[in-house]
Amino acid sequence: MRALDRKLLREIWHLKGQAISIALVVASGIMSVVTMRGSYESLVNAQQQYYSETRFAEIWAPLVRAPLNLLTKIEAIPGVDQADSRVTFLATLDLDDSGIPAQGRFVSLPEAGRPILNDLVVRRGRYIVPGAPDEVIISENFAVAREFEPGDTIRVIINGRARDLDVVGIAISAEHSYAVPPGSLYPEDDRYGILWASREILGPAFNMDGAFNEAFVTLTPDANENAVIETLDEILRPYGGLGAYPRRSQASHQILQAELDSNRVTGAVIPIVFLGVAVFLLYLVLGRLISTQRGEIAVLKAFGYSDREVGAHFLMFAVVAVLAGGAIGTIGGVYLGDSYIALYDQYFDLPSLRYQLTPSLLVFAFLACVIGAIGGAMAAVRRAILLPPAEAMRPQAPDRFKPGFLERMGLGRLLGPNGRMILRNIERKPVQGFFSSLGVAMSVAILTIGFFMFDSINFMMDLQFRLIQREDLTLTFREIMPDRIAHELNRLDGVNRVETYRFLPARLRYGHRDEEVAIQGMEITGRMRRIINADGNEVPVPSTGVVMSSLLANRLEVQSGDEIIVEILEGKRKTTSIKVTGVIEDFLGLSAYMSRDALWELSGEPNVVSGAYLAVDDERLATLFRELKEIPAVTGVASPDSMLESFEEQLAEGILIAAGFLLGFAGVIAVGVIYNAARISLSERGRELASLRVMGFHRREVAFLLLGEQAVITLLAIPLGWLIGYGLCYAITEGIQTDIYRIPFIAEPRTYILSAILIGIAALASGWAVRRRLDRFELVEVLKTRE
Amino acid sequence: MGEMTVRALDHVNLDLYEAEMAVLLGASGSGKSTLLNIIGGLDVATSGTVLYRDRDLSAFTDHELTNYRRHHVGFVFQFYNLIPSLTARENVALVTDISTHPMPAEEALNMVGLGERIDHFPSQLSGGEQQRVAIARAIAKRPHILLCDEPTGALDAKTGKLVLQVLDRVNRETSTTTAIITHNAAIGNMGDVVVRMSSGKIVERIENETRMDVEEIEW
Repeated sequence: MRALDRKLLREIWHLKGQAISIALVVASGIMSVVTMRGSYESLVNAQQQYYSETRFAEIWAPLVRAPLNLLTKIEAIPGVDQADSRVTFLATLDLDDSGIPAQGRFVSLPEAGRPILNDLVVRRGRYIVPGAPDEVIISENFAVAREFEPGDTIRVIINGRARDLDVVGIAISAEHSYAVPPGSLYPEDDRYGILWASREILGPAFNMDGAFNEAFVTLTPDANENAVIETLDEILRPYGGLGAYPRRSQASHQILQAELDSNRVTGAVIPIVFLGVAVFLLYLVLGRLISTQRGEIAVLKAFGYSDREVGAHFLMFAVVAVLAGGAIGTIGGVYLGDSYIALYDQYFDLPSLRYQLTPSLLVFAFLACVIGAIGGAMAAVRRAILLPPAEAMRPQAPDRFKPGFLERMGLGRLLGPNGRMILRNIERKPVQGFFSSLGVAMSVAILTIGFFMFDSINFMMDLQFRLIQREDLTLTFREIMPDRIAHELNRLDGVNRVETYRFLPARLRYGHRDEEVAIQGMEITGRMRRIINADGNEVPVPSTGVVMSSLLANRLEVQSGDEIIVEILEGKRKTTSIKVTGVIEDFLGLSAYMSRDALWELSGEPNVVSGAYLAVDDERLATLFRELKEIPAVTGVASPDSMLESFEEQLAEGILIAAGFLLGFAGVIAVGVIYNAARISLSERGRELASLRVMGFHRREVAFLLLGEQAVITLLAIPLGWLIGYGLCYAITEGIQTDIYRIPFIAEPRTYILSAILIGIAALASGWAVRRRLDRFELVEVLKTRE
Repeated sequence: MGEMTVRALDHVNLDLYEAEMAVLLGASGSGKSTLLNIIGGLDVATSGTVLYRDRDLSAFTDHELTNYRRHHVGFVFQFYNLIPSLTARENVALVTDISTHPMPAEEALNMVGLGERIDHFPSQLSGGEQQRVAIARAIAKRPHILLCDEPTGALDAKTGKLVLQVLDRVNRETSTTTAIITHNAAIGNMGDVVVRMSSGKIVERIENETRMDVEEIEW
């Protein structure tokens, strides 16, 4: 081993504290990429694989009833690759307990072979045997929630008649990754399940012999999706077509996609921010570290080492730190990615979902860190190499100081010599001070983001479940019912108040843009479900016209006052026009609200409703559930409280992991910057501090001088970090706009205070470590040597 | 290879008296700096006693040694060790701020002949001027002992003489016990007593009958 290499090893050992903190910064940057970006890519891959393996359809066309031979006509549509049809119905499940009545969606399976499209994946048990009566496969989430196993029987109510079916298998399907019960926003696995059964059972049971009520197709690569949808609608119109829709409007895909989209922000933006911060820190810290070795570099050159050899020697320090940090980051990232994916696995039904790290991703992350490290090291090494060797032979001239701007403004007189030394040191190297501050500010910003996301989601939940959905129960009817059903519901024991609503699927068109939504017709005097804007204020239900969410208005490019075309996709399927009377800022979904009466008029179907909101007595809930189960018209009973509960459960786990990650990362950065800056300061100003000790300054007085500078830098960093955090949060809220939701921009004072406190703790910990170093400082040694 | 014990000082016995000017002579490695560091409370002897006005420095804690340096000892080094971020006046004030009966910083700087350059930063001063600021800083606390480690080592002869004159004058005017370390034998002539050291031992102790005027020293 050459002496120069031995020097490298010893110096790394000597500077191990700094080397470790730099390596940890690299590790965090690479880990965030490996974990978050890696998880995102794994999710997307798993989704694609799942879709192609189960031949997931690209266009769905629900309808009332069409003969089976119509399928050949659908197959013949230009652009259609494969087509398939089936029978599907909602039914009530009789599960022998007093809980909320559960619902099942029956989906038919072909009499022979597997479905051409929208196949399912059997997880346990077996596929149904052709011709066997009463065999059913149920969806996995429902089976788990209700503890069904293959071999159990399940009692279902089909057209008012109870029937026992044998559960032979438990399966998942891409269409029902999220089984969201009608009227609910989130999956409720214990109240809603999918039941696949042979067409031989479902056809006769639902009067669908030789017919189908849902068709779906896949497209050829060159197909025009809109043209196929139009043709499908035309073909199915005589058969009660309810409007064909593309995959991007399919409920389960939409939720999965929204999750993936929001993951793209956390999977792409955040790791890039993290990696950027890590690279920046490498640049900063390594640059300063090598600057302190200026003299040594000149001595090596005086001995006859070439610039290249000297440069390579100091760059190795950067390379070693990056390699060590990269290794930790990769291993940690894969480990964390695995647990991330394990968490997603509970939520996403993606059969081939497992954490996979793409080599290109790792190479990218490594390269970024190497470039940052070498860039910072290079700049410093270069400055040192440019120095003529003779410089090292002479005692270095004292650094130039002069009273800075702040001092001339009169601040100097307020400070003692200690304060002036701190002030002048910062003022002399303002760029360095600024970058150190920026580094610490980044960790403040990262913490701000973490708390912000928590606040925002909380705010959103609060708005949705405490201000908008104030009913105790949401009922969905199997088909539209006359409005007078409200009187019947009102008579039920335990019901205090009933408000009915009409949900009307429609296509809204403005210019060349269109969107399919369900228009919500609400009672003008309703108190349970209200229109609430982003500020939490109630917007009155308009007596005429439609009020829509800004997400929808943006899609259609309409403004309040514009006249839009409404194509109703149910019943008489009227096409008419209506005025947009308001646009409200809200967070969830693409919503269009009208008064129930105006909607009746618009559709030409007066006095019909799709469901009802109930206010009930908590104590009589159990009896009420039993009674509701007896009403054939009621197919869905949802409770906002239980929705909130299931949502919060899922959220809590995710937030805990994310918060831990952010906290760890911010801590590593803050310590990395503050500790390194103080350590470098210590070596740069060793003589100065030793002189003070010789003159009779106590350790704590010297520590005050050294750490005071870091304290000022940290204090300046906090408001800067708030500002950056604010900007990043804003960018994230703009970034996470999916079809399903937006994230409100909420930053509670607590967010700012907490992030400042946590950074303060990290700063104190770094200061304490440096203080310990200072205590072991050999005064005489430092003073004997020349700079 | 095991570590070898090196005796930096061996059987050293030395008395320094109040107001005395002592010059410690010796080659590099003779132990003179170690001796000065022990007297100044920067280092602790492994055995033996160091008495300062009947108190044993070798029994002092780190905190007590710091206080001893703070109130009783002034140091002047070969490489000045001024604080680059403070002006001449502020460098002196740094010490006067923490001592009990200091002289005003201006007075200390006048004493070393730098009254004119009081608001200059070290980078604006020559080597000799920087060393004189260092002396002003050392004497401003009115120390009982002034310890100078090769105070002229980094200076040319002319500037060196100027610095020695200042030390001589301070010693006469303030009656501060002064010890100067040097390898330059000629400087010995300015002291009341000359102590010659070699290989960690005191080999000679000479008391000069009269102190030679610094102006007359030849080197």
